[in-house]
Amino acid sequence: MQLDDLYRRVIMDHYKNPRNRGKFDDDSLTVDLNNPTCGDRISLQLKLEDGVVKDARFNGEGCSISMSSASMMTEAVKGRTYAEAMDLASRFSSLMQGEAVDFDEYEELEALSGVNKFPARIKCATLAWNALKKGIHEEE
Amino acid sequence: MNAELIREQFPILHQEINGHPLVYLDSAATSQKPRAVLDALKHYYEWENSNVHRGVHTLGSRATDAYEGAREKVARFISAARTQEIIFTRGTTTSLNMVASAYGPAVLQEGDEIVITPMEHHSNLIPWQQLAIRTGATLKYIPLQPDGNIALEDAEKTITDRTKIVSIAHVSNVLGVVNPVKELAEIAHRHGAIMVIDGAQSTPHMKVNVQELDCDFYAFSGHKMCAPTGIGVLYGKKHLLESMEPIEFGGEMIDDVGLYESTWKELPWKFEGGTPIIAGAIGLGAAIDFLQEIGMDAIHQHETKLAKYATARLSEIEGLTLYGPREREVGLLTFNLQDIHPHDVATVLDASGVAIRAGHHCCQPLMRWLEASATARASLYLYNTEQDIDRLAEALVQTKEYFG
Repeated sequence: MQLDDLYRRVIMDHYKNPRNRGKFDDDSLTVDLNNPTCGDRISLQLKLEDGVVKDARFNGEGCSISMSSASMMTEAVKGRTYAEAMDLASRFSSLMQGEAVDFDEYEELEALSGVNKFPARIKCATLAWNALKKGIHEEE
Repeated sequence: MNAELIREQFPILHQEINGHPLVYLDSAATSQKPRAVLDALKHYYEWENSNVHRGVHTLGSRATDAYEGAREKVARFISAARTQEIIFTRGTTTSLNMVASAYGPAVLQEGDEIVITPMEHHSNLIPWQQLAIRTGATLKYIPLQPDGNIALEDAEKTITDRTKIVSIAHVSNVLGVVNPVKELAEIAHRHGAIMVIDGAQSTPHMKVNVQELDCDFYAFSGHKMCAPTGIGVLYGKKHLLESMEPIEFGGEMIDDVGLYESTWKELPWKFEGGTPIIAGAIGLGAAIDFLQEIGMDAIHQHETKLAKYATARLSEIEGLTLYGPREREVGLLTFNLQDIHPHDVATVLDASGVAIRAGHHCCQPLMRWLEASATARASLYLYNTEQDIDRLAEALVQTKEYFG
């Protein structure tokens, strides 16, 4: 087992310098999710307009994998239509299943590919994405 | 007690994990099983497997003797006055739920009180929370001292004449504190309340005498004390168990069935509906034999010594926060390492073959009290050695360097 498969530089960078961390000062759609097995929590805020994810921010507490995944996800979905964002989420699930996936539009996500070798940690990586899917479903 | 020799009897401990010899430090979640228990299970299925209390054939008698023999072993193990007071259940959670469902609603009225503490495992919290919601009773908490201990003065203030049930962990699965359950039982009884003890983390590690503690119910699990999963015990005082109605109907608990009314078997079978966990009970009996051969006092001494060593080793690590009291007699060490999330700590430790627990340990209110969203926990048992602690400490230092 190679730890560096899991903790790549990109992941550590997003963990230590999370992008889009915080809260909008308005009543944007908010999705709160937690992972009851470990206590990780995320509060995701989405600005959804005209079928497009205009902006996203998150707050939460959790391990390096869950928080870096949330940071990357918010970067990756900004400016995408609901359909594109959902497609990204489903490709991310495939990545977690160990499939080879291209993320041309946001290559940093590929850094999380090592998580599939650590089955206990897949739930950490997918928490933010589940919040995204829930948010878009609610809006639609 | 020689832990090295004891280790030899646990086949699972002799393997490599990620290229390193396994160091198993998650026994509070579930213990490993010695060969004697594995052999007892195999012997049962190869030579005795049959349903109990039904068959008039030879296998039926062998299975019944083995199952009821295990009950006698449990009764002696916790010094119960009578074998009838030993109910086999699925585990601590089922046992505590059984008390809450079968005893609670019959005695509680609106305004009555149930007293617990903020350190309870969810299994000894939610059943009471639910019971309070259903009956209109009030759930009250004895506050914790800054180091996690319970002060008897606080218990005296919290338990009143309106209190009907006091239910407290003998040993906390996070803080490692041993609670003064005997004194708490005395306070409860003085107010006419019953005392329930969650013994999940005590029974495997120390001598328990339910008569000396004078508790009314005592719940524990087999799998944390070298037995298989799926078997547990509810001890209850005879007059209380007799006053309670069963909560599961059918199969083994039946005496006589009419079209519109039926009667139940006597204790303890009244509470064991369906085909019981026969192999599990036999495995528990074998585990008790195994533990008693070593001696519960010897096990406790070994763990106390190891806990002291571990406390000292972990305290040397800069940036490590150890929760709970400094002096601990049980091998439960809950901590956080700098600002590294415990899941990351557990994953890095696993890469060097060291298995610990990370998360909230089914104690969310306690995590809030500790102001931690999650913690890491190393828990020891009779097969652990100082060398295991050294490996843990080394791996923690490496984790710090890795996350630098």
